[in-house]
Amino acid sequence: MTATAETPATAELGRARRRKEDNRLITGQTMWTDNITLPGMLHMAFLRSPHAHAKITSVDVSAARTQPGVIAAFCGADLADEQGSLPCAWPVTEDIVIPAHPPMATDEVRYVGEAVAAVVARDKYAAADALASIDVTYEPLPAVLDMRDALKAGSPKVHEAGNKSYEWVFANGDMDAALHDAPIVIERDYRQQRLIPCAMEPRSVVSAWVGDEVTLWSATQIPHVLRFAIAAFFGIPEQNIRVIAPDVGGGFGSKLQVTAEEVLAVLISRRVGRPVKWTESRSEGNMTVHHGRDQWQRIKIAADSDGRIRGLEVDLLADMGAYLMLVTPGVPLLGAFMFPAIYKMDAYSFKCTGVFTTKMPTDAYRGAGRPEATFAIERIMDELAAHLGVDPLEIRERNWIKHEEFPYTSICGLTYDSGNYEAATARAKELLGYENLRAEQEERFARAESVRLGIGVSTYTEMCGLAPSRVLGSLSYGAGGWEHASIRMLPTGKVEVVTGSSAHGQGHETAWSQIVADQLGVPFEDIRVLHGDTAISHKGMDTYGSRSLAVGGMAVVGACDKVIEKGKAVAAHMMEASADDLEFTGGRFQVRGDPEQGRSIQEVALATFAAHDLPAGMEPSLDSDATYDPENFSFPHGTHLCAVEVDTETGMVKIRSYVAVDDIGKVVNPLIVDGQVHGGIAQGIGQALYEEAVYDEAGNLLTTTLADYLIPSAADLPSYVTDRTESPADNRLGVKGVGEAGTIASTPAVVNAIIDALRPLGINDIEMPCTPERVWRAIEAARANGGAA
Amino acid sequence: MTQVNVTVDGVSYVDQVEPRLLLVHYLRDVLGKTGTPVGCDTSNCGACTVLMDGVSVKSCSVLAVQAEGAEITTIEGVANGEWSPLQKAFKEEHALQCGYCTPGMILASTDLLRDNPNPSEQQIREGLEGNLCRCTGYEHIVRAVKRAAAVQAGADQ
Repeated sequence: MTATAETPATAELGRARRRKEDNRLITGQTMWTDNITLPGMLHMAFLRSPHAHAKITSVDVSAARTQPGVIAAFCGADLADEQGSLPCAWPVTEDIVIPAHPPMATDEVRYVGEAVAAVVARDKYAAADALASIDVTYEPLPAVLDMRDALKAGSPKVHEAGNKSYEWVFANGDMDAALHDAPIVIERDYRQQRLIPCAMEPRSVVSAWVGDEVTLWSATQIPHVLRFAIAAFFGIPEQNIRVIAPDVGGGFGSKLQVTAEEVLAVLISRRVGRPVKWTESRSEGNMTVHHGRDQWQRIKIAADSDGRIRGLEVDLLADMGAYLMLVTPGVPLLGAFMFPAIYKMDAYSFKCTGVFTTKMPTDAYRGAGRPEATFAIERIMDELAAHLGVDPLEIRERNWIKHEEFPYTSICGLTYDSGNYEAATARAKELLGYENLRAEQEERFARAESVRLGIGVSTYTEMCGLAPSRVLGSLSYGAGGWEHASIRMLPTGKVEVVTGSSAHGQGHETAWSQIVADQLGVPFEDIRVLHGDTAISHKGMDTYGSRSLAVGGMAVVGACDKVIEKGKAVAAHMMEASADDLEFTGGRFQVRGDPEQGRSIQEVALATFAAHDLPAGMEPSLDSDATYDPENFSFPHGTHLCAVEVDTETGMVKIRSYVAVDDIGKVVNPLIVDGQVHGGIAQGIGQALYEEAVYDEAGNLLTTTLADYLIPSAADLPSYVTDRTESPADNRLGVKGVGEAGTIASTPAVVNAIIDALRPLGINDIEMPCTPERVWRAIEAARANGGAA
Repeated sequence: MTQVNVTVDGVSYVDQVEPRLLLVHYLRDVLGKTGTPVGCDTSNCGACTVLMDGVSVKSCSVLAVQAEGAEITTIEGVANGEWSPLQKAFKEEHALQCGYCTPGMILASTDLLRDNPNPSEQQIREGLEGNLCRCTGYEHIVRAVKRAAAVQAGADQ
């Protein structure tokens, strides 16, 4: 991009600034939604369905209304005329089935945990107590729990229209030719288990009406989208809605949602005429925060005898759960373009069938479609390597796009702007001591040790920086992918930055300050970043899909450009010079070739505020707005290597070492980047080894607590070795995004390592999570089948 | 209702509470000390960890009436004029992202370092097993505890 040369010299970019956010978070001066107390505020509790599928024959809330401290109680029928249907913003096909999804069930429940009644009381204990006096009668219907069975003829139906929501296909290249006479064809079925996001902060909502205006505080990633949705789908004029996401305690996609509880808080607080708060318990949240993943993946790879990939066929079943929520059907599509990953091939075909079951709906969870795709391709690349008897990195190298081939148009039609898979892989091998570990592995295999060493490889890429609006449009997504920012130059020369991206742990207040400090040449400490309140940030597309920096950060740069442009005119006027003769550097507008002649941006800001002597016709303001719509996705990539010790007697897997080398382009703040990578890896390891949302045969969620749903603790995880390589990204900051990389890369790295350890026993797959029991059973089954010991 | 006398972050309180009221709800809803968050309802996550007479407890698993006569320290009372070594180390090592687990992590680490002023990495990891973080992957938390231990050791010499 030509503009690169105009970017000011950097002082802050790349600096490990300690975070501005931390001062309040470390001292307990936080504003979590659940901390909010308003005059007259009431507390809401929900009665939830104990059945996976049932007709509601009656709901009687009258006894609850008479309980001490109870102000009101509602069932779905009470709200039927105004509650509408929760939105699905991504109708992926013309004929997709999008069932009505009332925030509170009226005549049928379709998953355990679906809200059937609400109590509003003086305090949360009273509200919870009163739920017991609500009388609901159900007529149970058959549960539909396995998406494979759900598509069979004669399966009970989740919805009248049947259990298939949609079928979405994509194909490019001549698959028949690719498969014809292919010397190697390998087909595998992989399971992406259902996951629960488990942000540490439970969801929480406070809704308060004053006249016909409502303010909604919510633990959400998407205050702007939420405001739009409440206006568009629930009949409240947009200008009368203010949404505030105060301090938000993690999201990972789970707070990228327009939830039943948010809508009901708005409607019910209007009914009762007082502010209403609802905060979920963890067990309530595990049941009713949207889940992630949950796919069956059939993947077939055809290759030449030297391992060169000819074609790749992917057939997915994706469990939608009981309803389509905000982007439920689109999540697998974000993966559709990522199965080919970093590899060249002649043909690719993809089909995804979205299936309804009587379980909590699925939706975005860190990586959203891309971890699933990366898992399948990286797993089957290992199968291809094993088939040929070559090193897993060797088979990758034979197929990956070489660094000199960028920009490269993938078989999916995506233009990968840059990458250097060779460099990242070489660095990762060096950091792990790859060759030595392979030698050790060989020795230990030879000694038939009961604890086996496995080395797992994952050479991932991802598409992030969501997203070019025209691409989203072509995929039938219901909104654009731009981001907005404003700069407010204050009279004293300090700066307020308003960003439409809504942070919930990512450190925008620090990173955006660094960007603006460089762009405007003002001190880091003089900048304040504002976000997460639609009355302050009137437009935005919020935070998900590793988009904040690559899209939101670029909007900030664009806003700075406009400040500089306006400031230059003012400075020129002050100096009686021509604006064309001025350059802006280090926070000063100065005459080219005569740097003594200049005005600081602070002086210019004050002069503009005073407005006593501005150029004719100029408005007295340096403030600016910019909206940035990316031309393309960004494509971070990297090589993650994982060494595991697998105890064949117990099935216990221990991660011995983990190396991540990521190419995320330029780094604004290396500390924040490391944190994102570490946390991402931990979540991917969680999927590989520990986590699964389990429903019993009746459709009850068994993993409602953190004692049953095992997110990893410090004692479960290794220390990570991280490093970076850098290839330039196609935007002025040169950034690609890092929020999801670790999660995308690590799951296949860990599982590939386990399989690598056990492949000599005749094992080529273990379903995740690879718990000791599952690993042990796989070993026992392999031994029973006569696999080598 | 039952009377409870408790000192929280150096201030003494006398309140009439329901016997079933959890300590964490007493702190948050009665005293307005919202620095201590709630992350689960089964005492697994540790977000609500406070010190009770110097020992870390999960305040969701203690009744307010059980704190009778006790001295409670929350994250709001950790700083004594200046930030504690752990608070400083958490910032320095970027040991938090969303920050929701941080009060519990800092209080649990305070107790950990009281028990063992010079813990190994493994001892830190095991010592914090009852405090869950979903953001950081724990790497920087472990480093922060090590740093605070080193600072305290230096200060003690």
